[in-house]
Amino acid sequence: MIRARGLVQTFHTGRGKKAREVRAVDGVDLDVAEGEVVGFLGPNGAGKTTTLRMLTTLLRPTAGTATVAGYDVVEEPVQVRRSIGYVSQVGATFSGAYAGDEVVDHGMLYGMARADAVRRGQELFERLQLDGLWKRMPKNMSGGQKRRLDVVMGLIHDPTLVFLDEPTTGLDPQARANLWEHIQGLRAQHGATVFLTTHYLDEADALADRILIIDQGRIVASDTADNLKAQVAGDLVDLEVASPAQVTLAAERLGSIAEGVEVEGRHVRGRVERAGRVVPALLRELDAVGVALDSIEVARPTLDDVFLTLTGRSLRDAEAGEGQEAGTVLEGISS
Amino acid sequence: MSAARESVIVFRRQIRMNLRNPAWVLIGIMQPVLYLLLFGPLLEPLVGSFGVSTDNAYTFLVPGLLVQLGMFGAFFAGFGLIGEWREGVIEAERVTPASRSALLVGRLMRDVGQLFVQAVILVALGYLMGMRGSAAGIVLGIVITLIIGAACAAASNALALTTKSEDVMAPVINIVMMPVLLLSGILLPMTIGPEWLQNLSDLMPFKYVVDAVRDAFAGSFGTSSVLYGTVWAVVLAALATWWGTATFRKENA
Repeated sequence: MIRARGLVQTFHTGRGKKAREVRAVDGVDLDVAEGEVVGFLGPNGAGKTTTLRMLTTLLRPTAGTATVAGYDVVEEPVQVRRSIGYVSQVGATFSGAYAGDEVVDHGMLYGMARADAVRRGQELFERLQLDGLWKRMPKNMSGGQKRRLDVVMGLIHDPTLVFLDEPTTGLDPQARANLWEHIQGLRAQHGATVFLTTHYLDEADALADRILIIDQGRIVASDTADNLKAQVAGDLVDLEVASPAQVTLAAERLGSIAEGVEVEGRHVRGRVERAGRVVPALLRELDAVGVALDSIEVARPTLDDVFLTLTGRSLRDAEAGEGQEAGTVLEGISS
Repeated sequence: MSAARESVIVFRRQIRMNLRNPAWVLIGIMQPVLYLLLFGPLLEPLVGSFGVSTDNAYTFLVPGLLVQLGMFGAFFAGFGLIGEWREGVIEAERVTPASRSALLVGRLMRDVGQLFVQAVILVALGYLMGMRGSAAGIVLGIVITLIIGAACAAASNALALTTKSEDVMAPVINIVMMPVLLLSGILLPMTIGPEWLQNLSDLMPFKYVVDAVRDAFAGSFGTSSVLYGTVWAVVLAALATWWGTATFRKENA
């Protein structure tokens, strides 16, 4: 459905002596099969949106090739546009226009007859729980309703491939969970291939069959969430010891089954393969030697751990550090 | 699907939003109407000494105000586009297969339609104030005004998508508009000025447009002014539409 080879996008920034070239996307190869839901994950400024804009024909690649829905993005942009739906980060409707009018006009720009656009629009309003909001202006909608309206705009022409750019950014948890259901429905009810960018790990985890991780303009991993997590050695076990005097003893015991045990205050942490099988024995042992615990936490590896393993930085550090710099530059250009 | 149908879809969407707030017609026309009412009387005793084809102050002034309306009104069209861009509307339209020129032309149709309503109001008011002119000439004058208005609206849209900021656009328009206003002979004919000023104004394409509309109103269609002015209006409209379409195609974001 999507095949990209060596995609590059460079921006020029600064003037005079400060002028430099920023390679926002630096040789991206990616493949997405029909019917797949792929999560495109990376810190802010990693090149997610820029890659997406090249794949959706909004931005011409500086170098490289991409075929989307069977058409070349540079040579056959009109055919690409006809086949894809795009839900951008910023929205798609004017705040002071009626929602239904916006949807119908949008459908008509895809060549639909008015009656078809109205019928399909009303169907989608119902499916995305927007019934009764046809004559409402987006400025009078909640954040969740507005995002769902953006999804309707992206689906009006029944595309076989849907791009979603940071679909749940800025939504409250409830609206977010609700939108997730609808995104899952895109394939289930609609048979669409879905390509979504996010910088939320749980979102990629919950929605995507496969995850592509991008960092500093390059794809650093492509696999299922489970396989990616399997690259991280074991589950994280975190013991909070009741008495500071017993910390060393607890660390010793954990060390017998875990690697790289760390102590921080009264917390003792280590990574354990298949924690579920060995932790009960550990607890009995600790109990037997008289170590009392205030709390115990076992965490499966998160995509954050995966990112850390792959790049040596956590996602949060990547956003705060150099990733952010490139991000600022990018946002400056795209805004 | 034809670009014409797409233009109409874009136009209908724009006009629907405009009609929801009909104050635009009045706000846009306030400035020329005030010139007509408060500046026109000052010209009455002077117009005879201008050495122009008419001795009617309003037949002289209304064509200038028409062109001014066409330029200034249309130049502000781009501000609305920045708002639409900020809300993602432009990008949503660009991701559809619609022709890039239709996205611009649909908006120009709105601007020209708006300008037409305002032009008719201005001419009617001028007539009440005492303007007289050839009917065919008035029609031709309005047509030239609409062409130059389309040119300015296209340029304004292009500028809007290039700068993407009202804060940048407002001073740019001011910097461009002041010399245009002063060197086009909109309020007073350039012929009463010193030679250097006349030579300078010869470089201003809008001056020929003002002269053309003025000659048309006076009923002299065969003059070289009408020809030059019309050609300038058409050339500027073509250039600006090309520029505007290019920004919709590229919109380097």
